[in-house]
Amino acid sequence: MTMTAGSNLEKVFKAGHKAVTCECGPPRGADIEHFRHKASFLKGYGDAVNVTDNQTAVVRFCSMAASKILLEMGMEPVMQMVTRDMNRIALQSNVLGAAALGIKNLLCLTGDHNSFGDHPQSKNVFDLDSTQLLNTVRQMRDDGKMISGTEVQGKPAMFIGAAANPFADPFEFRVIRLAKKINAGAQFIQTQCIYDMERFEKFMQMANDMGLTERCYIMAGITPLKSAGMANYMKKFVPGLLVPDEYIARLKSVPKDKQAAEGIKIAVEQIQQCLEMKGISGIHLMAIEWEERVPEILKAAGLHPRPQVN
Amino acid sequence: MVVAESKPVSEILEMIKDCKKVVVAGCKGCVTVCNSGGEKEVGILASELRLARKAAGNDLEVTEYTCERQCDPEYIEPLDDMVKDVDAVVSIACSVGPQYVVARYPYLPVYPGLNTVFIGGSAEHGVWKEYCQACGSCAIGDFGGLCPIARCAKQLLNGPCGGSSGGKCEVGKGTVDCIWHLIYERLKNLGQLQRLETPKLYKDWSTSRDGGPRTMIREELRK
Repeated sequence: MTMTAGSNLEKVFKAGHKAVTCECGPPRGADIEHFRHKASFLKGYGDAVNVTDNQTAVVRFCSMAASKILLEMGMEPVMQMVTRDMNRIALQSNVLGAAALGIKNLLCLTGDHNSFGDHPQSKNVFDLDSTQLLNTVRQMRDDGKMISGTEVQGKPAMFIGAAANPFADPFEFRVIRLAKKINAGAQFIQTQCIYDMERFEKFMQMANDMGLTERCYIMAGITPLKSAGMANYMKKFVPGLLVPDEYIARLKSVPKDKQAAEGIKIAVEQIQQCLEMKGISGIHLMAIEWEERVPEILKAAGLHPRPQVN
Repeated sequence: MVVAESKPVSEILEMIKDCKKVVVAGCKGCVTVCNSGGEKEVGILASELRLARKAAGNDLEVTEYTCERQCDPEYIEPLDDMVKDVDAVVSIACSVGPQYVVARYPYLPVYPGLNTVFIGGSAEHGVWKEYCQACGSCAIGDFGGLCPIARCAKQLLNGPCGGSSGGKCEVGKGTVDCIWHLIYERLKNLGQLQRLETPKLYKDWSTSRDGGPRTMIREELRK
């Protein structure tokens, strides 16, 4: 795979290291200090940090601003963009603006449906879907062309990512969709949170068999469970998220004040299991509102310190 | 057909609270078929309005009429005599109907008695589902004959998304089929799964509402 944007994340992959990305969600307000505080825990721990774009369809400060703040803090952002809220005019405009600000990693998503968020009365857009957005960014970068065919003045140098959910249905179709996203332009993939290791292994097996792991870098998505309550909630209410009873039983078997530590232990084990799987190029650690625990998880998993690449 | 449902009677009563005499106008087209605006429903709504106003000590006179269709000017004409001394028309056609009534009677208030919900069909007795969004350039041939524009919550042309579980969409609490699951099954049956590996590129929305309100002209019929 040839170098395209030259982001730190791309270089880490290219040098053959297992990459690490973390996640930092902007706040539901203009509180920049709160965001800086959360992000500060991740400095030096992720090769890049994902900034979510109004995740779960809840209004937060925008991912481009948050990405710029990370750059100012000396951290590399992965700017997330969803197609739910913007049409192709606004999306392309933001790709160009992000590139102009020095943002080099872009994760293209469709986004959660607005009916789940804090403004269920809103009108959604979905002019493009994630696959089409991938194609758009790739075309702007490689061919210097917008969707309309208009030439861009200054190609946006972006390392392009996409999401994959190995746990949604129909299962056999999940790798076909992954192939499609790679065909559209995805260079790296961050998966949905993995709990069902068996199913994930099957998914990776299929991806390997189709040669997809030769064509893109797949990062295993890990979200540490804070408590048995959180595990139960995720199992019950997040569609396509399978939390095995085994993990829930482990969390329940320890006293409440020890459940967080047990959850972290499980996460570390999962990271190590994923890293042993063929075709896994890195870990995407989504410690939701738990950024301060990221350093200990990554240290315990043997993923710290991070490699220096040029 | 165009599928519509009745507005709550309380909402209609509020719209016509200052009226003493109204016409309730139904339509023998789609809304008769979906049991919301035909002759029978005209009778029911008229009775409900009369009874409610009588109970409030403020009698309402209601004339009942059901047009052949309310989306054709010539079928609005029969209302001419009935509307001469009324305060308003309550139309229980789809929302096309009341606008045709408005066009014919510029000085007469017209209120909608229905909510027009979608273009669709009946699934079983008493259940209707959406099938089309009138995007103006039908592409279902690419999707095994099924429409992801109208039937996928995110209008994905490259679905299914991560919210597809057990054949159902995460939107609608398990009551809505994931159309992309059905598209997948259908293409599998047809031996065309490989179609799904190629990204389906951009839709031209200019033929849809996004290009502005639409007019269809058939020159050969205008002569």
